[in-house]
Amino acid sequence: MKRVVLLIACVCALTLPVALCGCGGDKAEKSSQIVVGIAQDLEDSLDPHKAVAAGTKEVLFNVYEGLLKPDSRGNLIPAVAESYEVSDDGMAYTFHLRNGVTFHNGNKVTAEDVKYSLLKIAGKTGDTPMIPAYALIDEVTVEDAQTVCISLSEADVDFPAYLAMVNAAIIPADNTTPDTVPIGTGPFCLTSRTVQDNILLTRYEDYWGTKAYLSQVKFRIVPEIDTVVMNLRGGSLDMYAHLTTDQVAQLGNDFQILEGTMNLVQALYLNNAVKPLDDVRVRQALCYAVDRKNILELTSEGKGTIIGSSMFPAFSKYYMPELSRYYTRDIPKAKELLKQAGYPDGFSLTITVPSNYQPHINTAQVIVEQLKDIGVNADIKLVEWNTWLSDTYMGRNYESTVIGVDASYLTGRALLERFYSKADDNFTNFSDPAYDALYEKVITLTDEDEKTDCYKAMEEILTKDAANVYIQDMAEFVALRNNYEGYEFYPLYVLDMSKIKPVQAE
Amino acid sequence: MKYLVRKLITMIVTVLMVSLFVFIAFSVIPGDPAVGMLGTTATEEKVEILREQMGLNRPLPVRFAFWMRDFFFGDMGLSYSYHIPVKQMLADKLPITLTLTGLSFLLIVLLSIPLGILTSKYYDRFFAKAFDVVNQLFMAIPPFFIGILLTYLFGMLLHAFTPGNYVSYETDPAAFFAYMFVPALSVALPKAAMNMRLLKSEILSEAKLDYVRTAYSRGNATDQVLYRHVLRNALLPVVTFLGMTLTDIVAGSIVIEQVFSIPGFGRLLITSISNRDYPVAQAIIAIIAMLVVLINFLVDVIYPIIDPRVRKHAQ
Repeated sequence: MKRVVLLIACVCALTLPVALCGCGGDKAEKSSQIVVGIAQDLEDSLDPHKAVAAGTKEVLFNVYEGLLKPDSRGNLIPAVAESYEVSDDGMAYTFHLRNGVTFHNGNKVTAEDVKYSLLKIAGKTGDTPMIPAYALIDEVTVEDAQTVCISLSEADVDFPAYLAMVNAAIIPADNTTPDTVPIGTGPFCLTSRTVQDNILLTRYEDYWGTKAYLSQVKFRIVPEIDTVVMNLRGGSLDMYAHLTTDQVAQLGNDFQILEGTMNLVQALYLNNAVKPLDDVRVRQALCYAVDRKNILELTSEGKGTIIGSSMFPAFSKYYMPELSRYYTRDIPKAKELLKQAGYPDGFSLTITVPSNYQPHINTAQVIVEQLKDIGVNADIKLVEWNTWLSDTYMGRNYESTVIGVDASYLTGRALLERFYSKADDNFTNFSDPAYDALYEKVITLTDEDEKTDCYKAMEEILTKDAANVYIQDMAEFVALRNNYEGYEFYPLYVLDMSKIKPVQAE
Repeated sequence: MKYLVRKLITMIVTVLMVSLFVFIAFSVIPGDPAVGMLGTTATEEKVEILREQMGLNRPLPVRFAFWMRDFFFGDMGLSYSYHIPVKQMLADKLPITLTLTGLSFLLIVLLSIPLGILTSKYYDRFFAKAFDVVNQLFMAIPPFFIGILLTYLFGMLLHAFTPGNYVSYETDPAAFFAYMFVPALSVALPKAAMNMRLLKSEILSEAKLDYVRTAYSRGNATDQVLYRHVLRNALLPVVTFLGMTLTDIVAGSIVIEQVFSIPGFGRLLITSISNRDYPVAQAIIAIIAMLVVLINFLVDVIYPIIDPRVRKHAQ
């Protein structure tokens, strides 16, 4: 039986380019194609509901859409759905599907497909839900061909935001192998992939919205960061999205350099459960000992935004700039705090850093030097990403770690949820009754303003309790060859290729 | 025949041992494929469910036995990362790595043997001495660095190829070979330099032996002595070296593939290890081990053909 399924999967994979109609553009002229470098292949899954890595989601964003999708300003805009209504108690959402939305295989999106997709992400069809929030979906009923009603187990005003993620994409119910055969509704179809080499997207000609300008986008996998610059200059890449200041400096005049932020909370995350970090005074001392401005100057020529809590500026609604000034470098004060905590001579600290993220290693190196001034002897332990995931993140077996945490959806909860003491992903073991009370309250609130105030109060607790040593939202540079334009930064980690267009030669 | 059978058994035992070591290594090193697949969404419960689905909770000897049985029947399992059969993935990648290895080997032979003969024949001329210095230089530079230098030279200055613009052999074989030339050269240069030096010193030491004087006294010309007598004797260690080199460049191409963005075995091996995509990593390592054993076997076969003494000895 297994063999048969496998065989079918193979046949499907082979016939994929033929099966998808409306994905033309084979003989497109050169100017409407682009080659984009990415650091890793899509190694988790082509099934949007199983996509985990930020690098996978940023590519799949072009292929899949949910009922709603985010725009570059962080608003939710309708996608597969045209509009929706919420019941007065906030427990039921009625979505009206847009007319004329088709999948890449040419089939019309039906209410049944929507029901199938939503039940799949909610974990009702076997898989565990990827995002805990999807477990809120209690029941999905098809009211008529164009209307779907979702009832929730608890009210949550953020619910539409969860549906705007790639992980909540609408996929056809009759696709039995979404892992290998990607069929979505987005502006591009994924027409072919060569393992560890490239992923080819072609414009979907029957897209319901504004069609993409480019007829073809080739994502080329360039795992060696040192060769990226050479490939850009040599002409085999037209665009690369996550460059550092040194790399940008080596690019010639052929490229426009766009500066944005990574939308990550980079911090020296502290395991709040281990000694001596379980003492708030020790954590505060570390915050006072670190000079964030100096870190930015030494690692990125001063580019980046200093932050003071688990929130980055792109979330303008929730972001509190004053928190970034809460701790400024003050060595005597830091020493005094350490003395009070019973560590007048400092202590030793291990900083675990995943070895594949150079920016985090750089930051950790500067922190090590700065902590010497208060007698804290820090040393860096480099570990492989997979080891970091299992030992540090899941096992919580570490003292401190430098990493960037991103938001997977457009609400404050995405960043703040993990510091709830009972949260599965609370890898810092942060525990504060006031924080827990606020979290339990905020998820029941339905008023947007009240909710925002609540999130802000939570951010303040994280800062005052010195949950972690918050550093920055790192600067990110996008290099785009001069004959293209239209790149847009999002408050989420996505690469929107549909907005990029070739510049007309004059 | 008996010889062949013995070699075949050695080959099977080697591959078995290597696979077993790989299995043990993967179970000892930290990191978990299920955790890798779930990334930052991983929770204890989800990992446990996934491990069960992936069959990772079965004891190691059981997993090894199943894997070995399937591998023997040509089934290498399904990649954790790509959800496609490993066999299909490797079938796509094998030609790339074999081309790179073959091309490098060809370059090594074509560069080192004529140059080795030439520099030993005219060992006291200025150009031969100058060559020794250049030779030393190439031997000292590791292939990946030569790769970077060559990319700069051919790609940036001469515009002979576009760095990173790898073309698949399926879309355009000519462009594929053209792209593979510079990487193959980077692998070949240091090895060619070593081999040339070895050949030269072998020829020069053979030339001091009595049989050479006898050959001269019989009235043979220098070229006759060199090609008929000295070279045949001098080639024996060179064949051994070339055999070792071939196994070495199968492994060495892994690094070069990274430098030149070639999606061959090497790249797949590195990413599959860091993603803990064991079915892929195990299959690649087993295949590389098989290739190495096979090459050594071929060297053993070639030996008696070149040297009749070995043939006699074997009998």
